Amino acid sequence: MSLELLGITVLWIFLFGYVIVASIDFGAGFFSMYSDISGRKDMIHTIIQRYLSPVWEITNVFLVFFFVGIVGFFPKTAFYYGTALLIPGSISIILLAIRGSYYAFGTYGMKNNRILTFLYGMTGVFIPASLSTVLIISEGGFISVKGKHVKLHLLELLTSPFAWSVVLLAIVSVLFISASFLTWYSSKANDYKAGALLRKYTLAWSLPSVLSALVVVLSMKTHNPEHFENMIQYSWMLILSILFFFIAVFFFYRKKHYGAAFLSVVLQYALAFFAYGTSHYPYLLYPYLTVQAGFTNETMAKSLVIVFILGLLLLVPSFLLVLKLFVFDKNYIQGK
Amino acid sequence: MMFENNMAMYSRYLTELTLAFHIIFATIGVGVPLMIALAHWIGLRKKDPHFLLLARRWSRGFVITVAVGVVTGTAIGLQLSLLWPNFMELAGQVIALPLFMETFAFFFEAIFLGIYLYTWNRFKNPYYHFGLLIPVIIGSSMSAVFITIVNAFMNAPQGFELKNGVITNIQPLVAMFNPATPTKVAHVLSSAYMTSAFVLASIAAFHLLKGSKHVYHKKAFHLTMIAALIFSVTTALVGDLSGKYLGKYQPEKLAAAEWHFETDDKAPLVLFGVLNEEQEVKNALKIPYALSILVGAKPSAEVIGLNEYPEDERPPLYVHYLFDLMVTIGIFLAGLAFLYAALIQWKQKFAYNKWFLRLSVISGGLALIAIEIGWIFAEVGRQPWILRGYMKTIEGATTSAHVDILLAAFGFLYAALGAGSIIILRKMFKTNTAEAELKELGL
Repeated sequence: MSLELLGITVLWIFLFGYVIVASIDFGAGFFSMYSDISGRKDMIHTIIQRYLSPVWEITNVFLVFFFVGIVGFFPKTAFYYGTALLIPGSISIILLAIRGSYYAFGTYGMKNNRILTFLYGMTGVFIPASLSTVLIISEGGFISVKGKHVKLHLLELLTSPFAWSVVLLAIVSVLFISASFLTWYSSKANDYKAGALLRKYTLAWSLPSVLSALVVVLSMKTHNPEHFENMIQYSWMLILSILFFFIAVFFFYRKKHYGAAFLSVVLQYALAFFAYGTSHYPYLLYPYLTVQAGFTNETMAKSLVIVFILGLLLLVPSFLLVLKLFVFDKNYIQGK
Repeated sequence: MMFENNMAMYSRYLTELTLAFHIIFATIGVGVPLMIALAHWIGLRKKDPHFLLLARRWSRGFVITVAVGVVTGTAIGLQLSLLWPNFMELAGQVIALPLFMETFAFFFEAIFLGIYLYTWNRFKNPYYHFGLLIPVIIGSSMSAVFITIVNAFMNAPQGFELKNGVITNIQPLVAMFNPATPTKVAHVLSSAYMTSAFVLASIAAFHLLKGSKHVYHKKAFHLTMIAALIFSVTTALVGDLSGKYLGKYQPEKLAAAEWHFETDDKAPLVLFGVLNEEQEVKNALKIPYALSILVGAKPSAEVIGLNEYPEDERPPLYVHYLFDLMVTIGIFLAGLAFLYAALIQWKQKFAYNKWFLRLSVISGGLALIAIEIGWIFAEVGRQPWILRGYMKTIEGATTSAHVDILLAAFGFLYAALGAGSIIILRKMFKTNTAEAELKELGL
């Protein structure tokens, strides 16, 4: 495996990690708000708080890791994406900042403040929408490059059906992934009331998640035929992805094996995410930047890989400790 | 060209705004874990519940500042690429390594801080719980180390060759351990520890000043003031080394800070004063030979003057005031902490004298002001360069429009975050005072 392929693979895995943990977090915020508005707050609020409180900060670091990593391995992305994403990127920063700090304010300072719950819930929907612009732009067609000038065509972006289909997919997926995780988490906490409600949310968002994914694939056919053709070559991954989707829905519907059901959801998204990513290769940005052309020098790449391995040796055990203490510890989850 | 100048200017303003806000939380984020650990350790060793409660209350407040630090840190991390894409494309090839390391350090800290906060009384052996603070301290201090290394590289770039815009012969470790790294890293760490100690001392002094005679606040005041004394002395020593570094590797920065125009031996240290139209220093306090001694450790050492540099490569001269103000505040604070140590030794009751407490209450704010000024001096003193000798700030900035609108948007954001933190922190500690909590514990 070449160094640049290794680099982009590692980053893509981390981005997938972010997609899952952040989806759980974003969706939890939305459900928290929704249950507050619909007067069912007490039912799921405790469960959501108990999971989120120790891990919210870690979620953010996944994102930081990804963008620092991509600029490290592919410094040219800083030039292209940095210039083009000034506005959408800044919107994401502002939303993330509001969300992160107001979550802490609400959890540690002003408990049960409705404004904070509202901000926390709404940013959970808007952040995935604004972050998905990065992937939308990567398909090409929304920016033009003249020498040292990169220009984002904001109007074309805002009127593109393809762009909106990706935004829709992002939001729906967040809600589906989050609801399925929280259903499992509440079943482990023996909180049947919360579990029943979250199971309903999971089933409600299940079909939309697959349908919106299909819309994205179809609209990509007109927006970026080259990528679409490539993706068809990996259709076995997409078919497997749909298979795992059905397994998950089946388990949730029959109210059993919630752990396996959530795992199937993760696999459903992993397969789709990697089918998309693999067929996107070698382009980092259609048609301007490939993985090869954007790659840093070999010395830097090697040192980054070494640091990455050392870093993982440090982080994986620590991360397992968190899971052991807060996700797999029955007494903690049940609030004992 | 005019348009690009404008965008570069707004990019600078926005970066300044983000960092000016972030640096408060970053400084607290680096220093306070160490203070929490000190209190926690003393509490365990002496079986003193006051110190344990102190650690617990500090860590509760700390979470709020960490939250704001995390989100503004994410902001500046992304803004580096959004506002300075040309700089990051070039420098990223050489200095990406410490940036990458920083995310690991930060990850490490985030994980263990989460565990520490949620596991009070969960371990049978309380020392296990204390042990969780060690990775938090390592993570937060190493974050500061790695980020400061990137900044040091901007001041003293090395470890690569640049020919016709192409970078070759890259040595990431040589780039990291550039001449500016040792003094910069030491200065950032020691001043962060010092500032955090003073900020916490201010809180204790505030309660004592308001009439609380509780031993809890006296213990807090004692611990923080003694820590502040140690870290101020360290910071002063490191400051001296930083002066020597500047004299040797970045003479134009020191010369601008000292209004030292002609290369000369037996150079005096210029304090405050004004410049007249002929660029002569008026009304300043001059300490003979002091600049030569600072740079070369002897009165006859030669100090390079600003006139050796072309006019368009000189930093703005107002950095002189920033430098002087930073040093003045530093000396004042060190004196205050020293006075406390002397009083507590010989004249205990004067340590709780109203005027002394009033000065102590403002010490935290002063220390933060010194951090801000010192950082502005470090950045403005490097101008016009973003990467000294290789890339000017204006060349590094984004070419896209609308930075001015973003400046306003982020201004609102930071105002909201700042106000939010103050409201929440006040509410947290006003509704649940230390006295009430001690009573609850039966003390």
